[in-house]
Amino acid sequence: MLEGLFDILLSSSFWAAAIRIATPLMFGVLGALICERAGVLNLGIEGIFTAGAMAGWLAVYLGADLWTGLLAAAATGAAFGLIHALLTVPLGLSQHVTGIGVTLLATSLAYFTYRVYLPNVATPPRITPFQPVAIPGLSDLPFLGPALFQQTPLTYLALALFALAALVLYRTPLGLAIRAVGENPAAVGAQGLSVHGLRIGAVVVGSAVMALGGAFLTMAAFNAFFFEMTNGRGWICIALTVFASWRPGKALLGALLFGAFDAFQLRLQHRLGGVVPGQVFLMLPYLLSIAALIAVSRGADYPKALMVPYFKGQR
Amino acid sequence: MIRFEPRGHIPPILRLFAPIAAMAAALLLSALPLAAAGAPILRAFWLMAAGAAGSVFAIAETLTRATPLIFTGLAAAIAFRARLFNIGLEGQLYAGALAAVVVGSGLIDGPPALLVPLILAAAALAGALLMLGPALLKMRLGVDEVVTTLLLNFVVLLFVQMMLEGALKDPMGGGWPQSEPILDAGMLPPLVERMRLHAGFLLALLSSLLTHVLMAQTVLGLKIRAVGENPAAARFAGIGVTRVTIVVALISGGLAGLAGASEVAGLKGYLTADLSRGFGYAGIVVAMVAGLQPLAVVPAAIFIAGVFVGADTMSRTIGVSNYIADLIVALALLCVLVGGLFMRFRIRWS
Repeated sequence: MLEGLFDILLSSSFWAAAIRIATPLMFGVLGALICERAGVLNLGIEGIFTAGAMAGWLAVYLGADLWTGLLAAAATGAAFGLIHALLTVPLGLSQHVTGIGVTLLATSLAYFTYRVYLPNVATPPRITPFQPVAIPGLSDLPFLGPALFQQTPLTYLALALFALAALVLYRTPLGLAIRAVGENPAAVGAQGLSVHGLRIGAVVVGSAVMALGGAFLTMAAFNAFFFEMTNGRGWICIALTVFASWRPGKALLGALLFGAFDAFQLRLQHRLGGVVPGQVFLMLPYLLSIAALIAVSRGADYPKALMVPYFKGQR
Repeated sequence: MIRFEPRGHIPPILRLFAPIAAMAAALLLSALPLAAAGAPILRAFWLMAAGAAGSVFAIAETLTRATPLIFTGLAAAIAFRARLFNIGLEGQLYAGALAAVVVGSGLIDGPPALLVPLILAAAALAGALLMLGPALLKMRLGVDEVVTTLLLNFVVLLFVQMMLEGALKDPMGGGWPQSEPILDAGMLPPLVERMRLHAGFLLALLSSLLTHVLMAQTVLGLKIRAVGENPAAARFAGIGVTRVTIVVALISGGLAGLAGASEVAGLKGYLTADLSRGFGYAGIVVAMVAGLQPLAVVPAAIFIAGVFVGADTMSRTIGVSNYIADLIVALALLCVLVGGLFMRFRIRWS
């Protein structure tokens, strides 16, 4: 029954699925990383995913084109990010509790809005989603071509954002300032830079990126909005950020590994269905996330000022 | 620039007024989405108030809905007081409910005086054990308990679904994934005839009182408060911070487990995978509204329950989605956080 499992790992269709499944996590983990590198834990992520999924889908359902829908999702994420940032940065409220509050707010607002437009619909209406785009030339490569270069534009966007984020964080003065407010905000303040401005900016941008992960679900994966469709993906991204030691390269790798694991368990589920209850497989991503947190716990290299509010003139 | 000046002394009237003002603000803010949905705002609020407290039946329904929220609110309050962010109340509630039906639906038979305490103990133990893992991981390895408890919520719910489709499935359930019913002797009796309010509400009140006594009158309570206010100083004073945190985790998980038992053995009679309508997450809001004070958890839970029950009535009458209740509860949490800031600090612009 288990023979041929190894062959799965060698098939390009498996890796195509892995990268597809990893895409929303790529957006989520990158968004969380941007927020946390600036010193702000954003537990609003789960709700921002849901709101992004809802906003992107709704815009397209109401007649906008897909890219406008994506923009609507990002703007929605940025708006909730701004709420989280204003409450936790200048007001210094608990990032844990505020984040949970933002998740509850974004989720319930998404559900409420959905019901405003579709009061009694049981079968969620579908939209025409993003289609896979083969990159000319590269998509003809053996193995790598079908796996990586025949994805939807959102996957390419996620990879591009990773490259951009790494470039900005490590190669520009702005990136240096963002990383510094996560490590030693007083030093940044002493340079005459606005600690609060940098942190608020990072949380707003990070939240917009998170929302794109949600939008992927409705605009490139399920093609409709369902209640509870986010299903803990946001929390998994928070765990992945820790696992990645807050480094973009490792974060991308972590999301891909996670996608591969998820794609693998789906195929395993297919083969063992009927013998092992499906729920066992569905539990695995959450248990794997906890295991990942335990694995890196000894050496977790937290940004020093993560969750530490900053007030000018106070040490 | 905004500056915060800590108030040396917080007047009691402000302690009372801040959360009430926050609730009023949350209700006011919820008028925006109501208006956007095209609902008649004043009528909607009137229907909500009437649905929550307009008749004896409405009040009984609100108190019934408040029962699990008191348990989860207490669970969050005691944990947050010790700076243990237990966001896994939803999972612990389901673990408690699962233990309740395992023990109560035929495994053991006996008189109510035996069966009811056994069911409650099993539920509390299940919830407590579920919280033990994240607490140990936090204290021993520094793993953030918020993320582990959140992730465990999903694991537990899937485990419950698995049990309800497998080992615990009621063969007489008409194919639905539900457990066998709790034996009659294991059920918490109703308090008022022809209404759903049950003895679980009294247990919730008793839990609130006991938690208050624990926090205010005992050495353990003093240690819990010390750990929450300044763990380094508590350690310096010779308090076993790890030990106290573990004890808090067990009490908190146990209380959340009782919420599950009370819902199953007081209200539903059997377990389904949709037993809780977010009572675990609403418990966090209840605790924050109550200022983490165990006695204040009761009125806070009744208020939040009233929002849910009232929104259901309003939704049935004028057709606005009852997700407005979840929205008000979320706004309540954010407003009470800001309200607490105004309470603890004078805010000056300079």
